[in-house]
Amino acid sequence: MTRERLTRWLVAGPPFVFMVVFFVLPALIMVAASFRIPGEHGGLAPLHEHGAWQLTPETYAFFFSDFIYTEIFLKSFLVAALTTFLCILMAYPLALLITRVPKRFRDVMILLVVLPFASNFLIRVYAWMIILGPQGALSAAVNRVAGAFGLEPVALLFSPVAVVVGMVYVHLPFMVLPLYTNLEKHDPLLLDAAQDLGANAWQRFWRVTWSLSLPGVYAGSALVFIPVLGMFAVPDILGGTGDILIGNLIKEQFLGTRDWPFGSTLSIMLTLMVLASAALAMRLARRSLAHA
Amino acid sequence: MALLELRHLTRRFGGIAAVDDVSLGIEAGEFFTLLGPSGCGKTTILRMVAGFDLPDGGAILLDGHSLADIPPEKRPLHTVFQSYALFPHLSVADNVGFPLRMARVPAAEARRRVADMLDTVHLADKADAYPHELSGGQKQRVALARGLVGKPRLLLLDEPLGALDHKLRSAMQSELIALQRNVGITFIFVTHSQPEALALSHRIAVMNAGRIEQLGTPAEIYGHPRNRFVADFIGDINLFDAEIVERAQGTLQFAVAGLGHIVAPTVDSPGRRGVFAIRPEQVHIIAADAPTELPNRFPGTLREFLYVGDVTTYQVELDSGVRIQALLPNAAPARPQLAAGARVAVAWAGDAGLFLHD
Repeated sequence: MTRERLTRWLVAGPPFVFMVVFFVLPALIMVAASFRIPGEHGGLAPLHEHGAWQLTPETYAFFFSDFIYTEIFLKSFLVAALTTFLCILMAYPLALLITRVPKRFRDVMILLVVLPFASNFLIRVYAWMIILGPQGALSAAVNRVAGAFGLEPVALLFSPVAVVVGMVYVHLPFMVLPLYTNLEKHDPLLLDAAQDLGANAWQRFWRVTWSLSLPGVYAGSALVFIPVLGMFAVPDILGGTGDILIGNLIKEQFLGTRDWPFGSTLSIMLTLMVLASAALAMRLARRSLAHA
Repeated sequence: MALLELRHLTRRFGGIAAVDDVSLGIEAGEFFTLLGPSGCGKTTILRMVAGFDLPDGGAILLDGHSLADIPPEKRPLHTVFQSYALFPHLSVADNVGFPLRMARVPAAEARRRVADMLDTVHLADKADAYPHELSGGQKQRVALARGLVGKPRLLLLDEPLGALDHKLRSAMQSELIALQRNVGITFIFVTHSQPEALALSHRIAVMNAGRIEQLGTPAEIYGHPRNRFVADFIGDINLFDAEIVERAQGTLQFAVAGLGHIVAPTVDSPGRRGVFAIRPEQVHIIAADAPTELPNRFPGTLREFLYVGDVTTYQVELDSGVRIQALLPNAAPARPQLAAGARVAVAWAGDAGLFLHD
């Protein structure tokens, strides 16, 4: 083995082994588990019993037999897409603002963006229970406005709205950071050039800033969309009984119903969906980024 | 009426006038150059004309109308930036087509004009390439095409050749002259490179410390610099403090520091103090003992020479201790074989050189 190859293995080897042992193998175990039969008291039934291999594709048949599962998947997708969209909407102006403030304020502002990570995730989500709760000032204000228009009082907490609010809140920094990293690299002269060539403020934003920031938008979207798809804590805490997402469904199979094979099946379906959307996003990205 | 007129244009940064009461007129179809060292205010003028900076005083008039209230995107002029500022996410054709798109030119017409323009700058085969795939010279031509395709009244060029290597720069200079003649668009060119300014321009404004020192054709500026700054900035020149002593034989006798008395042309009267300036190519080097009809002749020692291929520059230390530079073409048949330390004499004609006021 040459020196370079040895070095390469020493550098890449440990993380590679780690990923194989703790990611690839468990994923394969999960695939195997999805074809097995649940044990009587949860877990898995023995693989070999009564003189035959105990394998069956019936969890997959079950998944497609009841539309409710497809519906939960679609709803999760919708929540993830909506969360991603709202995150872009909120993070973009913020990231742009950070690139435009004097250099010495930038680091402080970035620190403020990531500061929430310093406190526990669950505590931050629980805080929203108080903010959105029926005794909260926000709820009172919303209902006063609703009342003024002759509408029935609405509950903010334990609703899809609360779930999306919580999701956006938790994932916003993951959108701000890649956007900022991208926008910060833009050559301000390009905006001068565009203006000089006749572009008004909107055209300068759309044709130059936005177009050039697409790699950042894609990166941020991936960092928000994918985790939101699997997130169960936020819907658990802020959602109502009807606001179950994929994450909750999977968690329920393993910890509640103790139907490991079906839980595995759901996990695999989720992984496939994420891979499919990632592939789609990459195709889109490659088309627009090929030459950026 | 001039196409573009600057009237008492002034711009201050923190109390210092970067542009100080500049007035000039640029005619339609002209290749006009603002030339000066960095910080002389030439780029500030360009930015104010483009609309990226606003004057503190004075006015900029295009066709007699003030540009004061017109934002950059509405001014009928385009800029070619030193770093090109091509849009990295757009193809060459889309970069060139950008101003047409902004002006809502119909797509078919825009395509035709972009194709024509790319033809003009010899980039027809690069229409689908992206800026990062182009060489420096090609990027430069895309930037020019993008600036010209919208048929602006004026094209502002901010040191556009600064980033190119020497050979490419000479090639681009010739192209630029041809291009400007073909499209008939008025160019305002900003540079700190005096050979570039001399080669390209119809007229040059030499600037220093926010003011115009001299405005004229390249030949006027080079042959008749108005003061010490212009003489020193444009080309190589020998400068000596001098005083006019007397008028004799149709020319004037000068007392020149370190030279003694010389004969040189001037319109000034005796008693006047100033600078005697003479170009190196006007100074001849002859053998130390050779006879000459030239009235100004001084013996000295050759100290250094700089061979640059076509010409050689010689530094001669006169016996008085003063140094003078002479330039001889290497093709000259009578070129003396000279080595450092050789005894020589320098000589020049009585009508060579200039007397300048400080």
